[in-house]
Amino acid sequence: MRKLLVYLKDYRKESVLAPLFKMLEALFELFVPLVVAAIIDTGIRQGEKDFVVKMCFLLALLAVIGLTCSITAQYFAAKAAVGFTTKLRQVLFHHIQNLSFTEMDTVGTSTLITRITSDMNQVQSGVNLVLRLFLRSPFIVFGAMIMAFTIDVKSALVFVVTIPLLSVVVFGIMLISIPLYKKVQENLDRVLRVTRENLTGVRVIRAFNKEEEEMARFEEQNQSLTNVQKFVGRFSGLMNPVTYVIVNGGIIALIWSGALRVDVGILTQGAVVALVNYMSQILVELIKLANLIITVTKAVACGNRIQGVLDMEAAKESGKEDRESAPDLTGTEMPAVVFEQVSLTYQGAGARSLSNLSFQVQPGETVGIIGGTGSGKSSLVNLIPRFYHATEGHIFLNGKEIEGYSVEALREKIGVVLQKTVLFKGTIRDNVRWGKKDASDEEIEEALCISQAKEFVEQKAGGLDFFVEQGGKNLSGGQRQRLTIARAVVKKPEILILDDSASALDFATDARLRIAIRQMKHRPTVFIVSQRAASIQYADHIIVLEDGKAVGMGTHSELLENCTVYEEIYRSQMQGEVQ
Amino acid sequence: MEQKERQKEVRKETLQKVLKRIQRYWFFLLLSMAAAVVTVVSTLYVPILIGRGVDYILGAGQVDFPSILGILAEIGIVVGITAFFQWLMNVSNNKIAYHVVHDIREEAFRRIEILPLRYIDSHSYGEIVSRVIADVDIFADGLLMGFTQLFTGVITILGTLIIMLTVNGWITAVVVCITPLSLFVASFIAKKTFTMFGEQSSVRGEQTAFIDEMIGNQQVVQAFGREAEVEEQFAKMNHRLENCSLKAIFYSSITNPATRFVNSMVYAGVGITGALAAIGGGISVGQLTCMLSYANQYTKPFNEISGVVTELQNALACAGRIFALIEEEPQKADKPDALARFEAKGEISLQNVCFSYLPGQKLIEDFNLEVKPGQRIAIVGPTGCGKTTVINLLMRFYDVDRGTICVDGCDVTDMTRHALRENYGMVLQETWLKTGTIRENLLMGKETATEEEMMEAAKAAHAHSFIMRLPKGYDTFITEDGGSLSQGQKQLLCITRVMLVKPPILILDEATSSIDTRTEQKIQKAFERLMEGRTSFIVAHRLSTIQGADKILVMKDGNIVEQGSHQQLLAKHGFYANLYNSQWAQ
Repeated sequence: MRKLLVYLKDYRKESVLAPLFKMLEALFELFVPLVVAAIIDTGIRQGEKDFVVKMCFLLALLAVIGLTCSITAQYFAAKAAVGFTTKLRQVLFHHIQNLSFTEMDTVGTSTLITRITSDMNQVQSGVNLVLRLFLRSPFIVFGAMIMAFTIDVKSALVFVVTIPLLSVVVFGIMLISIPLYKKVQENLDRVLRVTRENLTGVRVIRAFNKEEEEMARFEEQNQSLTNVQKFVGRFSGLMNPVTYVIVNGGIIALIWSGALRVDVGILTQGAVVALVNYMSQILVELIKLANLIITVTKAVACGNRIQGVLDMEAAKESGKEDRESAPDLTGTEMPAVVFEQVSLTYQGAGARSLSNLSFQVQPGETVGIIGGTGSGKSSLVNLIPRFYHATEGHIFLNGKEIEGYSVEALREKIGVVLQKTVLFKGTIRDNVRWGKKDASDEEIEEALCISQAKEFVEQKAGGLDFFVEQGGKNLSGGQRQRLTIARAVVKKPEILILDDSASALDFATDARLRIAIRQMKHRPTVFIVSQRAASIQYADHIIVLEDGKAVGMGTHSELLENCTVYEEIYRSQMQGEVQ
Repeated sequence: MEQKERQKEVRKETLQKVLKRIQRYWFFLLLSMAAAVVTVVSTLYVPILIGRGVDYILGAGQVDFPSILGILAEIGIVVGITAFFQWLMNVSNNKIAYHVVHDIREEAFRRIEILPLRYIDSHSYGEIVSRVIADVDIFADGLLMGFTQLFTGVITILGTLIIMLTVNGWITAVVVCITPLSLFVASFIAKKTFTMFGEQSSVRGEQTAFIDEMIGNQQVVQAFGREAEVEEQFAKMNHRLENCSLKAIFYSSITNPATRFVNSMVYAGVGITGALAAIGGGISVGQLTCMLSYANQYTKPFNEISGVVTELQNALACAGRIFALIEEEPQKADKPDALARFEAKGEISLQNVCFSYLPGQKLIEDFNLEVKPGQRIAIVGPTGCGKTTVINLLMRFYDVDRGTICVDGCDVTDMTRHALRENYGMVLQETWLKTGTIRENLLMGKETATEEEMMEAAKAAHAHSFIMRLPKGYDTFITEDGGSLSQGQKQLLCITRVMLVKPPILILDEATSSIDTRTEQKIQKAFERLMEGRTSFIVAHRLSTIQGADKILVMKDGNIVEQGSHQQLLAKHGFYANLYNSQWAQ
């Protein structure tokens, strides 16, 4: 959390002025009991009406000054808190944007989203409250005590006993109940999980006739939640009664000691009243302080989580530097892509996901990559645009090691269609233009043609202006997939990577798509990742992966001859035709 | 105007429903109210006692020690009583609020279990979950606050007024005249800031959606090198948020100082009238201190009440959403004379079945199908063609609009859903496992299965070896989404789950994408064994399954366009033949 405070720097003035004005306000509040004491001792005792009126106007004046100070303070606090979080949010967003895939994998997107939204809001209200109250409350508590000392040292000793006692009770109850609230949260999470499970698994649960059991399970979690809640409630419900008893105990002591000292003429009646008033003020402030601390602990926890995300950068940098780069390749016929003894071990993983891969691809060729789940197909293609960094070996693009390109320049050359079909809120045109910012309608149409999307786009209301909802919800899986292909094709990339991107297409469309890509004018080098042998069987090279190792490389007919894994895959899928 | 009326009406109804649920806890409600009255009265009594105490301390040599001692003892007792009843009130309120919430949650969950799939499919999970969790939580807070503060607030105000009147009418008049000002200020600010908060939350919502979209799909953003543009868009949104947040936060934070200011004015007003009255001999100094401390306390409940009212409105809105879920129409109940047990041989017939998800949008029309026990039916068609619809109807996740579905000649509506579903085993492509151990998951269908039976089934489904490799074997704890298990492993567990039950009818959604070919082949063999002698419906992706089927249902756009055996369909030269031939085209 502490490191985040640098973003408060631009609001240094505000963050000093806000508590300062709050303290001023508190100071004027502390004068009030003194004024009342004067009214009693001078005004009433001596019957001076003028004095009473004057003093009451003084009270009103104090109120006005207090109001001004406090509004000023609120403004500065709000400004600093909002400004701080706005800045921090931007920084965090920028940071997340530049996290590598490896880091995104370890943290998970949903966590990141919580960090930048709800955690951020908590931090904002925490900062706001701290600026407003953190100085004010202790100031009033100790101020009241000091004022009491100025009135009468001996009576003030009552404060010296009461304040620590109150603090122990207030903070003690809080310290004990904060972990209990965490327990409540855990229980609530469990209730949430059962509810969620029953929605996501509704078909399975009903198919197995498990409704009754699920209700019992829910009931159990629900009951334990209620029990914890009640326990915490019973405990934290002690706060008000106990503090009430202590403060009034203090007041009783004040009246008694006051009585003794008034009797011998050291104190006046008004002074006793003032002391009692100070005691009441302390109670109010301590309760406020307790609530404040709850908010602040929450905010600090949230702040630390944000800090955690911002700290992730270090890992990325160091991972890149400890590898030496390879010299450029030389020769007349430069291959488009070269893999040289490439291995990949994911962060935190025990085993290699890819090991010792070497191959060359000439410009315009098509590479098919096939293998079972988890065999490393996606990992292989993800290395080319540097979504992940190879942990060993070198990858060359047009003869130059890919680490030698800037990430932007490298990705400029590559069109990727990821497994997960993602579209963004906006028109179809906007979405395709992700590939090329200034693509003309003709270029877009051409891309749609290649990706077999033209037909359905034309049928949509508005054609290219058809509005795609967030996540592409208003399109079918196959339609989404074809648009993501169009998006990659429109930029006319040198390298086109299709990572299992025809899975939602029927066989006929898949075939037409492959033909269209092959006929593209600028002949990109194509990588096709697939589970279907039919999708890759006509590729120039086929790489068969198993457990991250290339168990076969060659053309379809070569592999049928000498690669049992490939043969098995092919036979299992082709049974119908072989007969 | 009319809309406001209706809103009021709805709010009133919701309130009634809430009250009905509180009724069960009437004892604690009465206890809480009684405790509240005692607390308030004794709280108000303390300043009077303190005032009297002050009156016994007039000046040097004018102190009445015996009376003071008596008063102090009295204060001690009253404070003790207050504290005890305050605690009692807190505890009762907690009890009521948490129990009511507990009951409502349970009601909601029970309803979820009998809601028609139609409802669940058409609402996002997040939305329903947020009703059961977040809405109920806000409602609980509101309810609790309402209890503790609304009731005590009102009696505090009344009590204070009455006591003040008995002490001095003039001072009371001053207080009564100035305090509404505080209410007025508070509501004025609340109204002004309401739109600002609305704006803030709408910009915030917009930003969250944007974050969700961009960070959720960061791979694409990075792949296309759009970081800078996206960040710029974000910055614009962020700037807008800054502006409206600042406004909303600042203006709403004026409320406290403003009401405190009014409070101070009341204090000064009481001071001047009280002190003048004291000079005139109307009241004593002790009474004046008592009045001053009332003046301090008096406005507090007003502020609290205005806060509570918004909180309560919010809570009622949440309650309204929960009740909407609770009152959602459940699936049609099983007939009273429905068979509770039914052991099918596996003959299924569909006669003139009509079904559509949306009224007016025809989907399945006059569909007929006869399946003999042990037959294998393949369902094929392009993605999104509605293959799951057939599963939905067979399992009675949805009911047909017209026509009948019979199992062994018995209409499925003449037996309970449980009786029907006991005859089915289902493996869906979207694997679902519940949080718990692997054993718990496997035994879902048959809790009485022995250890040997379970392992037998796991071996048959090729799950045994990987389960044994997990840290705790069959006792490994897995979470909702399967945690560290791969998609394929999860699928194997789902298959084992059905293997163990051996139901007469199977529904299998062939899992092609998530299991690698070689594992799949092994599973396929296990499936073959399982399907032997059982009627099975297979959403088929593999040619071998399709060709081996007794009947193929070809679906397109939700409709069953063709049915027959492989050879028959090929001879038809229709949609199926086209699909089949195109499959292996270059």
